[in-house]
Amino acid sequence: MLKISSAPHMASPVSTKNLMKDVVIALMPAVLAALLIFGFNAFQVLLTSVAACVACEYLICRYFLKIPPTTGDFSAVITGILLGFNLPSGIPLWMILIGAFFAIGITKMAYGGLGKNLFNPALVGRVFLFVSFPQQMTTWPQPQFGSFFATDAQTGATTLGILKHLSPETLSNGLAKYSYHIDNVPSYLNMLLGNAGGSLGEVSAIALLLGLFYMLCKKVITWHIPFYYLSTVFILTSIMWFFKQTPNLDPVAHLLSGGLILGAVFMATDYVTSPMTTNGKIIFAIGCGTLTVIIRVFSAYPEGVSFAILIMNAFVPLIDRWCIPRVYGTGRK
Amino acid sequence: MSNQSYENLTRGIIKENPTFVMLLGMCPTLGVTTSAANGLGMGLATLFVLILSNFAISLVKNVIPDMVRIPCYIVIIASFVTVVDLLMAAYLPSLHARLGIFIPLIVVNCIILGRAEAFASKNTIWQSVLDAVGMGIGFAGALTLLGIMREILGMGSVFGWKFVAEDADTMMLFIMPPGAFLALAGLVIVFNKITGAGK
Amino acid sequence: MSKPASTLKNMILAMTIVAGLSALILSISYRITQEPIKKAQDKKKLEAIQAVLPPDYDNNPYQERLTISGSNIELYPARQGTKITSVAMKTYSNNAFSGRLELIVGFLLDGTITDYKVVSHKETPGLGSKVTEEKFARQLRGFNITKQKLKVKQDDGDIDAVTSATISSRAVLDAIQRAYDNYIKFSTLGN
Repeated sequence: MLKISSAPHMASPVSTKNLMKDVVIALMPAVLAALLIFGFNAFQVLLTSVAACVACEYLICRYFLKIPPTTGDFSAVITGILLGFNLPSGIPLWMILIGAFFAIGITKMAYGGLGKNLFNPALVGRVFLFVSFPQQMTTWPQPQFGSFFATDAQTGATTLGILKHLSPETLSNGLAKYSYHIDNVPSYLNMLLGNAGGSLGEVSAIALLLGLFYMLCKKVITWHIPFYYLSTVFILTSIMWFFKQTPNLDPVAHLLSGGLILGAVFMATDYVTSPMTTNGKIIFAIGCGTLTVIIRVFSAYPEGVSFAILIMNAFVPLIDRWCIPRVYGTGRK
Repeated sequence: MSNQSYENLTRGIIKENPTFVMLLGMCPTLGVTTSAANGLGMGLATLFVLILSNFAISLVKNVIPDMVRIPCYIVIIASFVTVVDLLMAAYLPSLHARLGIFIPLIVVNCIILGRAEAFASKNTIWQSVLDAVGMGIGFAGALTLLGIMREILGMGSVFGWKFVAEDADTMMLFIMPPGAFLALAGLVIVFNKITGAGK
Repeated sequence: MSKPASTLKNMILAMTIVAGLSALILSISYRITQEPIKKAQDKKKLEAIQAVLPPDYDNNPYQERLTISGSNIELYPARQGTKITSVAMKTYSNNAFSGRLELIVGFLLDGTITDYKVVSHKETPGLGSKVTEEKFARQLRGFNITKQKLKVKQDDGDIDAVTSATISSRAVLDAIQRAYDNYIKFSTLGN
């Protein structure tokens, strides 16, 4: 029987490569959805991002560290796709190069390469770009189904952004008058399919869930992190919805909007930066969910998934230390 | 100038650079270097305090009993810092406003007490002043370099002179606190590469 | 000369002398700088006021400043002879993205904004900080509060918010509105 032990899978490079290949395959539905939804721009962004990440890793290995390039293991490709997924389709391409350098060069290679990085490279790349170029990183082209080469897409806010920008005063004045904003909130179906404003990879929930299903079937990841992450968000937002803390977004919409599913399925489950044991994974996922909700509801930022995962990444060594697997043959405490 | 004096003067600039080699005084180094002018202003203020305090401490080193030397040094340093603070508020108000709390905080800059304890309390007045000048220049130079780097990357300008378009996109991160760490790390790498340190 | 021993007497003596000398130096430098510091502060405030007012006054608005009762808002009247031509006001908003945003705004008496200058803010650099820049400020120059709606477009107003910085834009408008409301209150009650 095939048994996959806890991460990190550093022992055999062959298995790393195969696992990474499976992750790439799992990402494909979301890539297709991104191309379908955002057209040629999405293609450009993803291609630039992947090429830049791979090139960056290759150059650093070859000329800086002077070791055989590690680009063959597909992990840079995954970082590239995930970085691209976190960007709006209209972002200037040179910014992606900077983001890729930060993701691979600083976050991964400077820490010693695959398996040694503390933080998720793609997320650091995204946060770096978000903090450096806030305007471009929050200008979201709207979906343009069927018009692949249209380059002048309308821009608009994300679902979470729309609601965040309604002032408390506006809300208390009665929603009817401001129906303009409420009308812009996409329906559940549109959120599932991806017909909503947002970054490349986050908009289509169905495509992401297909990827999750594939990874679970191939036992690339276990179900714990996505399940506990999403349930934590759902439960917390339900409580807040009940107590009218989030008057403009119900729990289901919270689940489907923003980068939550992308984060829970592909980012939080990253081998290197998530805990090794099952208990650790559960603690990690609940932490991510709680932080996400806190940032979404109480901070001035509309979305908190990337910050939440990065913050929890920092706790992973502690969690791992706390949840050491029981050595076979020794008793329970 | 004797060999000894020359050594004392130049030691702080490269070989024992307070910022890049000893990594002392990180609070102002990371806190105020959002622009080249701020870095230079902070560096010069520290240089000034360092010269005065090294001078005064080596002057009184033989009349202060050992057990109370640290409190006495701190009182001396704090007085000079307050003098600099008042002078800057009076004659350089805009720089004073930008450096804000970091001017009073020079008191707790480890470089100042460090040089007082390690050098000025054991050496002659003239050598102590030379040491202060060297260390101060090393510190001011490092802060200015860091300021220039952060200003170029974060604002697209050098000493306020903008070389990119008014609304061009610059890497804002570098004028925020995390950018200070990244920029400092970059400079330390370059510094070590050039001097061959850290091998 | 050998170091004095650390006896209680020596220690007290040394510390007293050091503290005394230090007090002397501090009091001298305080006296010297007291006047220039006050001048520098006044000059800075006056410059901010001058920057937002049309130059048709001959008094020193800062010297005639008054605080509107029941608020922290300062009012600086600009006069030509005895006639008030415009007013500058120092106002604030607590609804900014982070912390308090303070600005000085100038009005003509009919409610037209002449200009504003943000005095202090803690907004995100490159995003909220853009409310201090020309592109946003341009819309407000010559904006008449009584005739147009001083709100961002998202709130059904007439002002384009800075892209991705609606909260900061709102805070600026909030501060200006607060100044104007207080000015109206003051001019109806006071005169």
